[in-house]
Amino acid sequence: MSTGSFENWHGNMADIGPLYPFVGSEGVMLIICVAFWLVWHVLQWRMEDSNFSDDMKVLKQGDNLQRALKGEKVLRSM
Amino acid sequence: MDTDIGALTIIFTEFYYWVTVVFMFLIHVGFCMYEVGASRRKNHMHTLMKNTMVIPLVTVTFYFFGWWIYFAFPNGPGFIGGLIPSPWAEPWGELMGSHMGGAPADTATFTAADTAYWARINGVFWAAFLLFSWTAASIISGALIERVRSSAFWIVAVMIGSFTWIIDAAWGWHPDGWMVQVLGYHDAYASGVIHAIAGGAALAMLIHLGPRIGKFRPDGTPRNIVPHNPWLITVGLFLIYTGFWGFYVACNIPILDVQEGDGVFFSATNIYLTPTTLSAITLNFLMSLAGGLMGGYLVSRGDAFWTYSAGLCGVIGASAGNDLYHPLQAMIIGAIVPVICYKLHFWVERRFKLDDAVGAVAVHGYGGFLGVVIAGFMLWGYPASQKYEAIITPWGNFAGAVIMFFVLGFVPAYIVGGILKAFNKLRVPHEIELVGLDLSEYAARYEEEDQIMQAEIDDARASGILR
Repeated sequence: MSTGSFENWHGNMADIGPLYPFVGSEGVMLIICVAFWLVWHVLQWRMEDSNFSDDMKVLKQGDNLQRALKGEKVLRSM
Repeated sequence: MDTDIGALTIIFTEFYYWVTVVFMFLIHVGFCMYEVGASRRKNHMHTLMKNTMVIPLVTVTFYFFGWWIYFAFPNGPGFIGGLIPSPWAEPWGELMGSHMGGAPADTATFTAADTAYWARINGVFWAAFLLFSWTAASIISGALIERVRSSAFWIVAVMIGSFTWIIDAAWGWHPDGWMVQVLGYHDAYASGVIHAIAGGAALAMLIHLGPRIGKFRPDGTPRNIVPHNPWLITVGLFLIYTGFWGFYVACNIPILDVQEGDGVFFSATNIYLTPTTLSAITLNFLMSLAGGLMGGYLVSRGDAFWTYSAGLCGVIGASAGNDLYHPLQAMIIGAIVPVICYKLHFWVERRFKLDDAVGAVAVHGYGGFLGVVIAGFMLWGYPASQKYEAIITPWGNFAGAVIMFFVLGFVPAYIVGGILKAFNKLRVPHEIELVGLDLSEYAARYEEEDQIMQAEIDDARASGILR
């Protein structure tokens, strides 16, 4: 059993091609990685919106915006 | 790899590009330092992360499709031909992975000669171009600091870094690019190919984004939003200079037989495979840098930010022809271009109320555009290629500069920026911008800090240390 396409380093080096395991699965790996990239953008976009939304709620409470502008710490739990 | 000289040439070239990549990494380190230094304290972490995440996002997308575009698009496609088959750059191909260079697994697509060459060169050459991609995206990043949403910037970064800039490279920075063949376009060290396109894109984004709060007085005159840390900015620019060396070196093929017909004549070449020497570009890089620093110092009255930026602008202004210029020509061009760009920056700022936080449009956009145009005049009549009959002309390079700055730089960014703005996804909420973009990053940390401090006080009380 070998995940690679060669079994030892003793033969003719010119016979050795790909070094990575699972040769032939490149297309599937690509689809998975492209999907991860696209999903990452969606998740990041949602996370950013959520963070801004949480911050805005805090800033709109009482005099939090005034205090934050003066450099005081303004916490989400306030 | 079947002859000694062939093997040495390939392995030397492989090592050569690997070294350039390490040097070029410093460009991104410099950009991060520079942008953080230019931002105010309330925006540091946002500014840093905005630029840092360019690295992974442009890297994966340049792997997915950017590298293939460079080899597949030299004809347009559709201008002088169709798509060019480029199996070594297809992300599902075996040559985009670790490969010994021996017998191909996919014998229907690759020959032994393909694998012998591309197995050694593909990864390092891809990485060299990738570092150019990061640079193009980072140039835009600096202009937009302190008010752009990271999500919006990263979409534009991927567009510029892995799509539009590499199209311009296929067209005007490839030995078989249609702009080289038809226009005689010459831009050896990427005045237009990297800098003008990024500057044009930054300009488009700035139009949609608007200035930072407080940048302009009610009467429309600009205020100077002072960078919080000039030391960080200047050290960052020093690192960018250092990385720029790597960039220059990466724009060459280090060793190639350039003799047509019988005989052998080994030389370095530029990206168009026409001969140059590393000595030539070393002389010209330093002389244009010196000219830029001197010109910038005079026009800015010794302002550190603009003097350093002018040094960079001087190199960018001479880069299009720095494979062939005399060093004294490089120095003069390097001194004049930043003076024009400096004046243009402040004129545009006053006239159009554009807030380019780091002068990116001026240094890279105007500097790159002018660099390409000047090369058209300076190198008028030179052969643009060894393979094709095209010659360098002022009109060919002017057309090329317009394609770089406007067609591939400004227009796509204007469209994408407009869409993001229409959905209210381009700029951070007003209140957040006022308070500072680090609020989100730090809110949770502040809470944790306060809780930890309270826990320590409780512990001290419980153990009798504090009463």
